Formats: sequence, structure tokens, C-alpha cells
Amino acid sequence: MGFELPKEKFGGRIKEVAIGATKDQGGTRSARLMAGGSNGLPFLKFESEMPHLPLVAMDVVDTVRMVPEQLQESMGAAVKDPLEWAKKCEAEWGADLCVLKLQSANPEEEDRPAEELEGLVDKMLKSMALPMVVYGCGFEEKDAKVMEKVSNIAKGERLFLGLAEEKAYKSIAAASMANGHGIVAFSNLDINLAKQMNILLLDFGTKPENIMMDPLMAPLGMGLEYSYSNIERLRLGALSGDPVLQMPMICDCSCAWNVPEALEDNPEHGSAELRGVYWEAMTALSAAVAGADVVIMRHPRSIVMFRETINVLAGGE
Amino acid sequence: MCSQGVSEVPTAMEIYKLLPKTNCGECKFPTCLAFAMQLANQKVALEACPHVSSEAKAALEESGAPPIRLVTFGAGELAAKMGDETQLFRHDKTFYNPTVLGLIADDSDGLDGVKSKLDEAQAMSFERVGQILRVDSVAIRHSSGSPEDFVAAVKAAAEKGLPVTIMCDDPAIASKAVEACADKKPLLYRATASNFDDMVALAKDKSLPLVVSAPGLDELAELADKAKKAGLNDLVLEPGVQTSADMLVNMTAIRRAAVKNKFRPLGFPTIAVLGPTEAEHMKAALGVMKYSSAVLMDTMPREMVYPLLALRQNIFTDPQVPIQVKAGLYSVGEPTDKSPVMFTTNFSLTYFTVRADIEKSKVPAWLLVVDTEGQSVMTAFAAGKLTPESVAKAIEDFQVKEKSSRNEIILPGMVSRMSGKLGELTDMKITVGPRESSGLPKLMKTFSG
Ligand code: B12
Ligand code: SF4
Repeated sequence: MGFELPKEKFGGRIKEVAIGATKDQGGTRSARLMAGGSNGLPFLKFESEMPHLPLVAMDVVDTVRMVPEQLQESMGAAVKDPLEWAKKCEAEWGADLCVLKLQSANPEEEDRPAEELEGLVDKMLKSMALPMVVYGCGFEEKDAKVMEKVSNIAKGERLFLGLAEEKAYKSIAAASMANGHGIVAFSNLDINLAKQMNILLLDFGTKPENIMMDPLMAPLGMGLEYSYSNIERLRLGALSGDPVLQMPMICDCSCAWNVPEALEDNPEHGSAELRGVYWEAMTALSAAVAGADVVIMRHPRSIVMFRETINVLAGGE
Repeated sequence: MCSQGVSEVPTAMEIYKLLPKTNCGECKFPTCLAFAMQLANQKVALEACPHVSSEAKAALEESGAPPIRLVTFGAGELAAKMGDETQLFRHDKTFYNPTVLGLIADDSDGLDGVKSKLDEAQAMSFERVGQILRVDSVAIRHSSGSPEDFVAAVKAAAEKGLPVTIMCDDPAIASKAVEACADKKPLLYRATASNFDDMVALAKDKSLPLVVSAPGLDELAELADKAKKAGLNDLVLEPGVQTSADMLVNMTAIRRAAVKNKFRPLGFPTIAVLGPTEAEHMKAALGVMKYSSAVLMDTMPREMVYPLLALRQNIFTDPQVPIQVKAGLYSVGEPTDKSPVMFTTNFSLTYFTVRADIEKSKVPAWLLVVDTEGQSVMTAFAAGKLTPESVAKAIEDFQVKEKSSRNEIILPGMVSRMSGKLGELTDMKITVGPRESSGLPKLMKTFSG
């Protein structure tokens, strides 16, 4: 019959951004990772190029307050110490990069001073060599101080700093620009807001190759459908040629562990740990299938499941 | 797209050629050509022209048909629906018929083994945000070499009530199995190039839906077209799927061919048969997102099934309208006028989460559900759809003060900011509840006396 695969050709291409800097590049990371670069829908290699597989970032939270108890059990004692945790991500769990979440900066909780957090980032950079993303606590004034210090102490490492929000992006953008870092632009499940956030940053002087977008990943069972469609639309918008949407997307799928159903005791739904692992792996797969260029994950087992799948999806074995 | 000798949706010109060309106007269009154009866009039905010949009718019947045919199997309320999709992306419009999930039992496991698997499939039914999510079907695969065992297994499956897929490439044996349950409208799996004529004859004879299977899409389209010409319309396509990469490419190509190019030979639902490993489970998730109408699986651990069902529920919801419940004053347990009152939003996920947490406390309570157009607490609050005014109005509308004499209401911790204003508006005592409703049982203990 001579059936030919119906191909979609797009005019646009996702920008490639570099995360991390090696010695040659002025940093101390083990690799410079590339995210993005694709000119088609994810994994459809018969019609488009996908030069880089979605990267797997593992998150490291600097306070156990934010880590569900069950995870502390199943991931072991390392999650009580961010330095140990990060080392495990590198040495045992196969992360491509680390996302350090400085939740302890939260002025309503631990309120750890910026100097201490600067020290933590410095130690982490010295104790492991993965490229890094560093997130603040979401309180603007505090994050401004923290990010300035983080930016300075990590000069040359090409971190990505986050999260830049519509109403709070200037200090963090300035911090990232000061030392050649990148920035993560957060928006709330809406293609226009994502675009607006990028425009704000570009107007402020941030270079497009220094921006990744976080369009908010809602986990499975808690709004995943909104994120899935939002990511698809962002990707299609970028491919159809809108340069302001062509930044790679980073999607935080560790949010799966905040879903009560993933972890609650309920023998009808099987054992909680394995269910949580599937919960996170499926959340991440949906992000990747929709168009994520970097996924943030937490559990070593879900990472194995996820990675196996995307490797095969990309044509490997 | 190539179209040699196969049926596609006709163009306006092709339709026009088949019309009487008298421009009589009885179809309410000024000319036959105008009518043909509307018909090609599927805006009118052919019946609107009283003069069309029966040959032309047959030729044009297809133009009204949906791009992907609706195929059902099984009988009664639990019958499984596949296909009838019209979109490539769910943001354009809903995906309608959730991927049918089926558990495969193999007759070589013996009748007891098969039965325990059937029980397992049947037990996998869960309530989630007010909807029943279940494993929708079972499949019996023949590998024992004993036709009697196969027939017995199929019989056992048919008695369960869930739709059944008969998995056997040998038409003679399949036909025996069909005899055991023909009235239950099983799905017949499968016709390949090597058993094609006999399988098609069997499906036709018993009016059963048939899976057509081929390694390449080219051959698959050819076989499907041949089956169609033999008079079978209820087909399900099985593209050769080895890896998840094949699966994504093939399922995407079939969906595009059917929906975008109206390529009729591939305008049918699809099926994927998966193995027992974790990697295959992830493939099931891929199938749910990317266009598999049915997924049959060798194993279904509960740890995997529940998230898979939740994923399916997420992907197949209407993108415009969140799943929601009616606003109103709900009783949890058997509350009296002394029982505590609290409010939440009418987003199903929120309502059912909060309700379950109240139930855990074993303290009866009144739960006021405020209409937020199906948005969660924080979303509605951020969007101005959950305000002190709207809550006060709901208290009024649903006569909270008549049901409860406590004159007190508990609000979700996330919106503690509205407590002052709400107190003013209602003259009620406002108690700020926990941020997560999972903290409710602890709070409710103080009300139990
Ligand atoms: C999915 C989602 C959406 C979906 C809507 C889903 C829906 N139907 O509601 C969409 C994409 C439409 C959306 C839109 C917006 N969203 Co929104 N969204 C989310 C998301 C990812 C999940 C929400 C959810 O489903 N939660 C689950 C339910 C069960 O939670 P819940 O209703 O709060 O219920 C819990 C508690 O409140 C408590 N509880 C509930 N009732 C009661 C009752 C009592 C008595 C007690 C004690 C406790 C209690 O227990 C429940 C279980 O823990 C969250 C982020 C997140 N991960 O939480 C953001 C989030 C809620 N959204 C947010 C925002 C800002 C918006 C927008 C305004 C963005 C914008 N500018 O357009 C819009 C508003 C919509 C509009 N303009 O109409 C913000 C709110 C920020 C804030 N602090 O105000 C959030 C927190 C994201 C963020 N981090 O910025 N959103
Ligand atoms: S009713 Fe039929 S014949 Fe008459 S104008 Fe319409 S299409 Fe032509």
C-alpha cells in the first residue's frame, strides 16, 4: 500500500542551554550538560531531532522537615544531611545533576542565615562534582540575600538559580547575571504567564541561553492533566516558532511525594513505597512525553524506571 | 499520505460528482456543489438531499463516519468502549474513551490459576474522587496446547461479567472458545497475514470485533482494508510493538493518519499487549497518554495499577471542566445541631480528600461545599472564587445556621487570611483548621465530647 508515516515538520527549535562548567570552562563540575535542542515533539525521531535526552536532576532538600517520613526510611539516613544526600545522588543513584532546595532559609521556619547557606553550597560544590541548580525558599527578601551569596561563592560553576517569579525576579536575575549563572523562570500552569515571565527576564537583560522555564508540574492525581497539556502547548508554541517560548523546560516531579495517595497506608493499593515509586516515575514520564527537557525526581528506584523507559524511547536498548 | 485504491473521506469534488447536479435546492443549499462542500466538512448529513442514488449513498456513507470508529466488546453495563477519538492533543478537546485495561490469564496456568487471575482483575476496582476506576477487562491466552483447557478458561472468564478477549491465533481453536461465550461479545485476538481468511470468517460469522495484527503499519493498513472489504467494520489495530519507541511512533502515526489525514484503513482503535516487567508497566502509562485504546497486561501489581488508573483518569478528563461536586451542605456521619461545621470547595479532589479525612476522625460533622467552579482551595482563593463573601453567601443559601446551633465554622488552614472578614460577615466564631485536611482528625477529637 506504500503507507508513509505522517510526519510533522516544525519551523522552531528549542534552545540548547548549558548547565554546569568543567575545569576548562572555569568551574569544577564533572560535566557541562546540555538541555533542549530538539526541533520536534519528544522522542519522535522519525521526523525530528532530539539531540539530548531529558536530563534527570535529583533534588536535595536542606531540611528533613520537607521530606516525608516514609521517604526518610526508604532512602536512608543520607536524606538527613544534604551533603551526604548529594554525594549519594552522584555516586550511587545516577543523577545527571542536583537541585539543592534551600528550604531552611524560610523565615517562618528554620530561618537559617544566608551566610550558613552560602557555606552549605560551598561545601557541596567541594564534596561532589555534579552540575547544580539552587532554589531559594520562596520568600523574596530572604532569597535576594541568599542568592546573591550563592551566586558569588559559586562563581564560574554555571549554576541555575531559581525560582524567578513574576513579582519577584529582579534580585535573583541580577544574582544570576553577576557571575554567569543561569536562571529558572517559574510560571503557574499557563502558557501566557510562562511567556510573560520570559519577556520580563529578557527585558531585564537576561540572555535567552541562560533561561530554563519551570511551568509548574502538578503531580499525578493532583492536577497532572493541567501540567501535561500546558507543557504540550508550550512545546507546540515553541516549535511553531515563538522565540520567547523556546527555552527548555525543567519540571519538578518530586512533587509526586506530596500526594497523600502515593504514600498513605492502604493495602488495597499495594505497598506504599513501591506505589510512590510508580507515582513519581509516571509523573516524570508524563512530563517527558509532553515536552520536559529536565525532570527533577527524588527516589532512586523511580529514576531507574524512568530512565530505562526514556532510553528505550529514544531508540536505545 | 498515499491513497492508492483505499477509501478516504471524499473531497467536495468527489462528492459533487456523485450528486444529481440539478441544483434543485431541496437540501436548503443553492447548488449541489455548495451542499457537497458542506458534506465534505461534515457539517450536514447526506440525508438532506432526497435525490441521491443508492450507489452514491453507499460510496458516501463513510464521509459522515468519525475518523476513528467506536468499537465495543463485552455485554451489558461493563461493555468496554474503544476509539471514537477525534484529537491528537487533549487541550484541543477531550479524549473520550479511556484506555481499556485488561489482565491476561494464560490457560497453561491451569483452570485454578486462571480463576485466581480473574478474581484478581475483578477485585481491582477503586473509588477515586467519586468515580469508579477499574481494570475493565480480562483476556485468556491460549498457550497450553489443549483446546479443552482453553475453552474451560474462556468459559470461566465469561462468567465473571468483565469483557473478555480471546487470545489465540488458531482459528479452529478460537472458534471453539467463541462458542463458549458468543453471547458475551468477546474481542477476538487476532487476525494476521497467516490466518487472515479464517479469522475474518469467524469474526463475521459471529459478528465479533476483531484485532488485526501486522508487524508494519503498511501491512496493517492493507490487512485492515481487506477485512473491511470482506464486510467487517469492528476492527482493532495491533501494530507490531516491541519497544516503547515503536509503540510511541506507531500509535502516533496511526492517530495522525486517522484524525488528520482521514486515512480510513487506520481509522480504528488500537491495542497493545504488554509483558510482565516494570519497563512494560511504564509502557502501559505511555499507552494511556499516547493513543492506545486498549492495553492488555501480563501482570498488574496493585502498586502500579492504582497510579495507572489515576493517570488514565487525569488524561481523560475534560480539559475545560474540572471534575466537581454540587455545592451544598453535606452530612458526614450523622451530624446533629451540636456537630462541628466546616467548609471546603466543590473541586472533587478537594471535597473527597476532606471528606475522607473527616470520616477518619469518626466524629460526625457538617461539610459546607462552596461553589468555586470546581477549583481547589488555593486555586480558587488565588482566582477570587473563594472569598469571605462567597462563603458567607453559601452559609446563608444552605441554611447552615438552622442545621447547627454552634455558630462556629472551621476554615481550611490555607485561607486563614479570610477569617476576620468572614467573622464580620457571618457573626460566627471562626476556627482556623489545619492546612492539610489530614490534620482534621486531631482537631476533631476536641469536638467528640
Ligand atoms: C492544579 C492547579 C491549578 C489548576 C486548577 C485545578 C483545580 N481544578 O482547582 C489550574 C491550572 C486551572 C490552576 C490555575 C491557577 N492557579 Co493553581 N494550582 C494547581 C496546583 C498544581 C494543584 C492544586 C490542587 O489540586 N491541590 C489539591 C487539593 C486537594 O488541594 P486543596 O484544595 O488545597 O485542599 C487541601 C487543603 O487546602 C486542605 N483543605 C481543603 N479543604 C479544607 C477544609 C478544611 C476545613 C480544612 C481544615 C482543610 C481543608 O486539605 C486538602 C488536602 O490537603 C497548585 C499547586 C500545588 N501543587 O498544590 C496550584 C496553585 C494552587 N495555583 C496557584 C495559582 C496562583 C493559580 C492561578 C491564579 C495562576 C494564574 N495566575 O493564572 C490560576 C487561577 C485560576 C483562574 N485564574 O481561574 C497557586 C496559589 C498561590 C497562592 N498561595 O495563592 C498554587 C499554590 C501554585 C503556586 N505554588 O503558585 N491551578
Ligand atoms: S437536494 Fe440534492 S440535488 Fe438538490 S441541490 Fe441539494 S444536493 Fe443537489
